[in-house]
Amino acid sequence: MSMRSQALVEHHGVATGKEMSTSDTLKRGLHLSPELSRGIWVTVCLAVLSTLGRVLVPFVVQRITDEGLLASGGPDAAVVAVYIGVALVGVAVTAVSAYFVNVRLFRASENGLSTLRLKAFRHIHDLAMLTQNTERRGSLVSRVTSDVDTISMFVQFGGLMLMINIAQITLATILMVVYSPPLALVVWLCFVPLFIIIRKFQGIVGRAYTKVRERVGDMLGAISEAVVGAQAIRAYGVEDRTAARIDVSVEAHRKAAIGAQARSVVAFTSGQLVSGLTTAVVLVVGTVLAVSGRLTLGELLAFLFLVNLFTMPVQQATEILNEMQNAVAGWRRVIGIIDTPADVSDPADDGVELPRGPITVQFSGVGFSYPGGEPVLHDIDLTIAPRSRVAIVGETGSGKSTLAKLLTRLMDPTSGRVLLDGTDLDTIRFSSLRQRVVLVPQEGFLFDGTLLDNVRFGRPEASQEDVERTLAELGLDAWVATMPLGVMTEVGQRGESLSAGERQLVALARAYLADPDLLVLDEATSAVDPSTEVRLQRALDSLTRGRTSIAIAHRLSTAQAADEVIVVDAGRIVERGPHAELVRLGGVYSRLHDSWVAQQQSV
Amino acid sequence: MNDLPTSTLREGLSVIARGIKGQPRWFSLAVLGSVVYGVMTGMTAWTIGWVVEHEISPAIAAGSVTPQQLWTIGGVMGLVVLVTVIGVIGRRLAGGVAMFNLGAMYRRQVTRQYLRLPLAWHHRHPSGQLLSNANADVEATWNIFAPLPMALGVVVMLAFGIVQMMVIDPWLAVVGLTVFPLLFLANVAFQRAMSPKVTLAQQLRADVSEVAHESFEAALIVKSLGREDHEAERFREVTHALRDANIEVGRTRGRFDPAIEAIPTIGTLAVLFVGTLRVSGGYLTAGQVVQVAYLFSILAFPVRALGWVLAELPRAVVGWKRVSAVLDAEGSMTYGDRNLPRGRSSRLQAEQVAYAYEVESEAGEIDHNPALVDVTLDVAPGATVAVVGPTGSGKSTLTNLMMRLVDPDTGAVLVDGIDLREVRRGGISDVAALVAQQTFMFDDTVRGNVTLGAPHDDEAVWRALNVAQGAGFVDRLPEALDTHVGERGASLSGGQRQRIALARAIIREPQLLILDDATSAVDPSVEQAVLSRLREASTGTTVVVVAYRMATILLADEVVYLEGGRVLDYGTHTELLGRCAGYERLVTAYAREAAERAALASEDDDIGADFDDDYAEPDARRDRVEEVSR
Repeated sequence: MSMRSQALVEHHGVATGKEMSTSDTLKRGLHLSPELSRGIWVTVCLAVLSTLGRVLVPFVVQRITDEGLLASGGPDAAVVAVYIGVALVGVAVTAVSAYFVNVRLFRASENGLSTLRLKAFRHIHDLAMLTQNTERRGSLVSRVTSDVDTISMFVQFGGLMLMINIAQITLATILMVVYSPPLALVVWLCFVPLFIIIRKFQGIVGRAYTKVRERVGDMLGAISEAVVGAQAIRAYGVEDRTAARIDVSVEAHRKAAIGAQARSVVAFTSGQLVSGLTTAVVLVVGTVLAVSGRLTLGELLAFLFLVNLFTMPVQQATEILNEMQNAVAGWRRVIGIIDTPADVSDPADDGVELPRGPITVQFSGVGFSYPGGEPVLHDIDLTIAPRSRVAIVGETGSGKSTLAKLLTRLMDPTSGRVLLDGTDLDTIRFSSLRQRVVLVPQEGFLFDGTLLDNVRFGRPEASQEDVERTLAELGLDAWVATMPLGVMTEVGQRGESLSAGERQLVALARAYLADPDLLVLDEATSAVDPSTEVRLQRALDSLTRGRTSIAIAHRLSTAQAADEVIVVDAGRIVERGPHAELVRLGGVYSRLHDSWVAQQQSV
Repeated sequence: MNDLPTSTLREGLSVIARGIKGQPRWFSLAVLGSVVYGVMTGMTAWTIGWVVEHEISPAIAAGSVTPQQLWTIGGVMGLVVLVTVIGVIGRRLAGGVAMFNLGAMYRRQVTRQYLRLPLAWHHRHPSGQLLSNANADVEATWNIFAPLPMALGVVVMLAFGIVQMMVIDPWLAVVGLTVFPLLFLANVAFQRAMSPKVTLAQQLRADVSEVAHESFEAALIVKSLGREDHEAERFREVTHALRDANIEVGRTRGRFDPAIEAIPTIGTLAVLFVGTLRVSGGYLTAGQVVQVAYLFSILAFPVRALGWVLAELPRAVVGWKRVSAVLDAEGSMTYGDRNLPRGRSSRLQAEQVAYAYEVESEAGEIDHNPALVDVTLDVAPGATVAVVGPTGSGKSTLTNLMMRLVDPDTGAVLVDGIDLREVRRGGISDVAALVAQQTFMFDDTVRGNVTLGAPHDDEAVWRALNVAQGAGFVDRLPEALDTHVGERGASLSGGQRQRIALARAIIREPQLLILDDATSAVDPSVEQAVLSRLREASTGTTVVVVAYRMATILLADEVVYLEGGRVLDYGTHTELLGRCAGYERLVTAYAREAAERAALASEDDDIGADFDDDYAEPDARRDRVEEVSR
């Protein structure tokens, strides 16, 4: 326990994907969202077509100038009209193909990224409980929301431009070579340093954007405290302190964002600077060439058009590549979570399907320690007979909750085996396991919905009558009757319209309706009043005949009702047997029991 | 949502105005940079013309060029480029700073509001939505400040260009004056078509965040009931809705974008056509037509920045609407200016207090669920009162009213005769402390969670932890008081969190302590230690404790028995035991149960003697116990 928080981050944390290179990230990203690259060639061809139109226009403009306006013998209106006609066709082709490129790109990216969202979402639920607990919930949420949004922004706005730009750069280069190979060489030489700078800057800008994404996660974590901890903050009057803590994270995010912006501005303007300087160099070199008669003035000026046609997409491309770093940072984080191994994994199709029926539980030499921590369970050997009702008791921190989590396979043991009906727990399909074994934790989370929907969360096909019958069987019908709309009453966010005890009642009914063969209650009625608890206990007693039930309890009333009590102390089973016998034994349990009785004694 | 272009435009402009007011300096700097950029872009064409006319042409004519001439060509061009780039840096950097400053500013304002608004408001709003308001919506609102300075620079550029055209030829200027408004109108139509689609997408984005948030908070339940597929399906529905909405956005963009891009090109062609006619008519030279055509080609791209701003407008307006819904939310508690008396234990009274929760049915009708009805109480200074009642009887609501986390619908809660509504902000938590049923841990160190930022030294923290019997486990943590407990204290067990929460209350030496079943996961001895420690304190403490445990109830001087939101009885434990059936049933439930079990067990004993022998290895077991204790 002691080292838990620390160690988890080191050994079991969620991967950030930070170590992945840009090209690996893109490769992996495209692999995860096959829709992104499906039919990409058609889109690329359309993009090239729309670029052809774009390049055609300045080309035609230049022809009109040379052959129409400056034609020997005065302007030739007929030639001009023909060329304008050609240009208009070019414009139309560009517009139509650009429309299709847009639509195809949006469809591909939205499909691909919704696939990515769904994969990440599902994988987060598949991650082991311990891994989930290493991450802030807000940060997990950002993996399937803002991180993916960043990617889609890039793919939709940047992706299209990048394709067009690359096509345009290629075409412009070809035209430049046709006009003047030496000047084309000059232009490319001018841009070589830029390409080197950009490569360098991409790393810098990329790291800066990764930092921004991390700060967003921190900020969401801090803001969520103001939302989720609203009651505690008000009760202690720590609004100002919470505000100060939020401010720190907001400020850290602002600084990181401005830092990233500054770096990308430098990278981008270096492109613009090089473009401008290239024009200057072309003018100087072109003058020298023209003076020596290897170039006419008209050709030089035409070439300047081409330089513009070349530098514009290069500048845009540099900017898009910078934005890409932002997207890649988001992509890395999403891929990071998808690539985090689900330590406690579903054997799925390789797994065993257990037939329904009373369950035997067996622990064989089970030990457990939290990653990097000291062992909390040692060498547990335990067999729980089918149909028995067992209570596990012990002091806080004795390891009794750990037993429950191993038993329901929320965690796997560090050593030894846990078996259900003689089958290793980790070979049982989750679909079968979760149906047969259900844990009711102390804090049963409720969804924002009706009582009805919450109770049937584990079995959505259950009818309202089923739910009402279940509640009645558990003796909770009188309580439901006090609700304004009965089972149709909304429970509010996280069930906050109900009291903690009431939430536990719902959680218990929910587990009961799921109809497991083994019900594990981990302090599931700790906030319920004694009279209701005893009533529930009796209802469960009569209802759980035929199934196995294991209750981890602080209140010993549960232990008294059990067939057998298992006493855990410092990670070992120290006593077991029926309540009455353990009381007589005079060991750990009898001490616990004395103190319990003293608590209940009325003077 | 209103999709009239004029109203979106007007609202958008008011968002922009608000942003400019918030960041006047950085925004001005960005606009200045943009104007420099705009002017210099226009200058580039002019400079090239000048260099050709004054340097290059003469050199070609002379058939030779001097280094001097080459330096002039390179130098003048280089200078223009340099100034342009400085303008760009200014525009983008200052624009970025303005944008991020605005984001930070409004995030602070929104979260301040979260801290100010009453608990009831929080209960009405999904936390996923509130997170989205503070993050994505603020971002959507101010993103417009990225293209805005550029767009303003473009306006300057356009004015510059039109003036140039006017000077050259009025007819060509007419072409320009037709094309640019056309461009503007196309953008307005674009924005009008986009607005409802973007609004929908933004709403769905919030829905996706909401579902993800709830689902991840419920991760343990989802896992233990094996509902991963069901949750994935729920998420798939919202995700696919968002996907479809975004594809619609893309389709609309695809329809307008190419058209808007084509307009300047068509303008250039028009200039050439009109120009050819004008040249034929002898009003213009071919060179002048070329110059105007070049101007068009230079302006064509930047003019799109206007389109970007217009495209961002609906997003900004929607974002702002969602942000301002939080900022304008009313119903925050009002405070008086009175202080509660200090230095002695408090008297606590409730006078005919009633409180009902608002419950919204699926149909959206508001129903009232009364939690407390006509509750009157008087707790003497220094007394300890136990509040007992069945699950759902209103105990927690009562504790919330005592701390003024909520205000009663009718009646009043008074401390030392002062209505809590008259107390200044923060005045109640100065004298009173509540340890809630469900402890909230901040993502902070153990120390920070105990002190909550108050200036207590480590010795005091350890003392408080000692009383709460939490010193032992904290001492074993890797960094003791400096150990981070993780989000919501995820690295601690329920009992450990309760001990820290108790220490949090103890260190404040409150005059009024309210424990809402706050010790369910700790030993009764801890509870006793906490209470006796507080009684020893010089000021003494009035304690209200919600409890089920007999031992806890026995620590109280008096007991309040609640059922169905009403005080059914009030008196000492013995009195209530004698006259209140519901109370008697509740507190003796375990004892009765135990007695019945014992009776059953003694019958079983005779039958089950053999069975007992199977388990009887007392010696071996005792050995193990000893091993552990060593």
